[in-house]
Amino acid sequence: MSVTVLKPGLLTSLQDGGRPGHAALGIGRAGAMDEPARRLANALVGNEEHEAALEFTLLGPTLRFERAAVIALTGGECGARAGDWPLPLWTCCLLPAGSVLQLGGMRRGCRGYLAVRGGFDAPPVLGSRSTDLHARLGPLDGRALQAGDRLAVGPPSRGPSPRGLRAPHALRWSLDPRPWLDDGETPLALLRGHHFDALDDASRQRLFTARFTVSKDSNRTASRLDGQRLALRQPLELVSEATLPGTVQLPPSGQPIVLQAEAPVTGGYPRVGQLAAADLPRLAQRRPGDAVCFRECTLAEAVERLARRQQRLQRLLHHIARRLESA
Amino acid sequence: MPKPDAMWLPPSLETLAEDALLLRFGDRIDAAVNDRVHAAARRLASLPGVECVPAYASLLLRFEPARWRRGDAAPHEHLREAVATALRESDDTEAATREVTVPVWYGAEAGPDLDDVAAHARLTREEVVARHVAASYRVAMLGFAPGFPYLLGLDPALAMPRRTDPRLSVPAGSVAIGGSQTGIYPQALPGGWHLIGRTPWRLFDLRAAEPSLLRPGDRVRFRAIDGTEYARLAARADA
Repeated sequence: MSVTVLKPGLLTSLQDGGRPGHAALGIGRAGAMDEPARRLANALVGNEEHEAALEFTLLGPTLRFERAAVIALTGGECGARAGDWPLPLWTCCLLPAGSVLQLGGMRRGCRGYLAVRGGFDAPPVLGSRSTDLHARLGPLDGRALQAGDRLAVGPPSRGPSPRGLRAPHALRWSLDPRPWLDDGETPLALLRGHHFDALDDASRQRLFTARFTVSKDSNRTASRLDGQRLALRQPLELVSEATLPGTVQLPPSGQPIVLQAEAPVTGGYPRVGQLAAADLPRLAQRRPGDAVCFRECTLAEAVERLARRQQRLQRLLHHIARRLESA
Repeated sequence: MPKPDAMWLPPSLETLAEDALLLRFGDRIDAAVNDRVHAAARRLASLPGVECVPAYASLLLRFEPARWRRGDAAPHEHLREAVATALRESDDTEAATREVTVPVWYGAEAGPDLDDVAAHARLTREEVVARHVAASYRVAMLGFAPGFPYLLGLDPALAMPRRTDPRLSVPAGSVAIGGSQTGIYPQALPGGWHLIGRTPWRLFDLRAAEPSLLRPGDRVRFRAIDGTEYARLAARADA
């Protein structure tokens, strides 16, 4: 079974949970920008959570499914149709053989996820099917989808594939997306970084009060923030050290950069903050021009929020699996 | 020179994120500081569920919070204790450090900036090559691109500020000087360092069992070869 890419969308790539364990060799993790959305998409089609899904950005792809398929769409809110049939998001949809799935522009949020039962298949690179666009590593030699690409779909790990369908069909229930969607307004929780104290007085305050906007130069490597500039009391000569997704760096331009899923493994700019991991998917869903405000957060709070979100996600994943089995 | 007692202070332990600690051993590029980073990385490599990422003067520990959580306390506290204990133990594994001798065709089309480096250093081309080959280097860290080694140990006479106009594409295998460091481009990449030669070896190859030829902490030496040997070794690397 394969899927043919008719239109690639703005930036669409295969992503799984990432490629941990190789940063010492200069290889980053990559992986989905909104990891809960990716995992939920997999759960909705009955996949194991490690399967790769398509991550699309602002404008989704158009794909032709050679055979009948079970799919789910999560993440940002985009228009989706199979032929003349509008498809709901955050649920399990069945497509007949030959369906053309058209994903439109994102009405809300920035990144969407498409999972297919059986998972998109590609040879894993260092244990992962994530695309590292920067290092050109992973499926399709590490590049984004192009028209004409054919994506293989693996055999389903559970559940039958639909046969004899004449029209697209969606399950009657869907997830409540609200806990997993960003409202575009909530201030993002930020830990102070090692060089926070090197900011001048006004900048220390500004970091937690200013309204930044997401720059159009943002990508899977980093969200660049426009609007307000920050300044150091005096220039710092720093030696490169490890960086992480969520690290807030301050380059000489004074415009903060929040590293994302494709964070480089090392960097030499002052680190003024670290975004709480629970808020990384929120930032990933903000689009160019959207507002970003930070609020100060303690490590204990960040750890607690992350643990709570994981528990909530686990519960929901179990619940979805049970519900699919009983269907 | 810093005072010895300042050099050997225990590293500071900084909380970076929910799943990450950073050990800082210093704040500059210094071979002795970097030695301590790699010694610590060797000692901490066996901590369960911890990924060690060495840099010039610091070591990142990225861990699985679930494996280090005990009761209600933040997992960082338990990891901090384990790190402190492991760092107190003696380190006798330095002898196991690998040394890799990398063949390099210096100058000509392989090293278009060799003349510039020689002029900057007020040396002849041959003297530049002799000094580059004489040194023993340490892989301080890998970064920038998969398998790109930042090598410490460059003869100070060869240090040279980066190019003002970076190249859009530097050929794979290029051996280059940037500031006080030298490195090898594992694949064709944009780059602002001065190209003095090229190795026929593949530094990063996903077909190999270990995709990166070099690991952090390795010792590296260079061996000068000519264009003929380059072609022969390159043919073998492609096979």
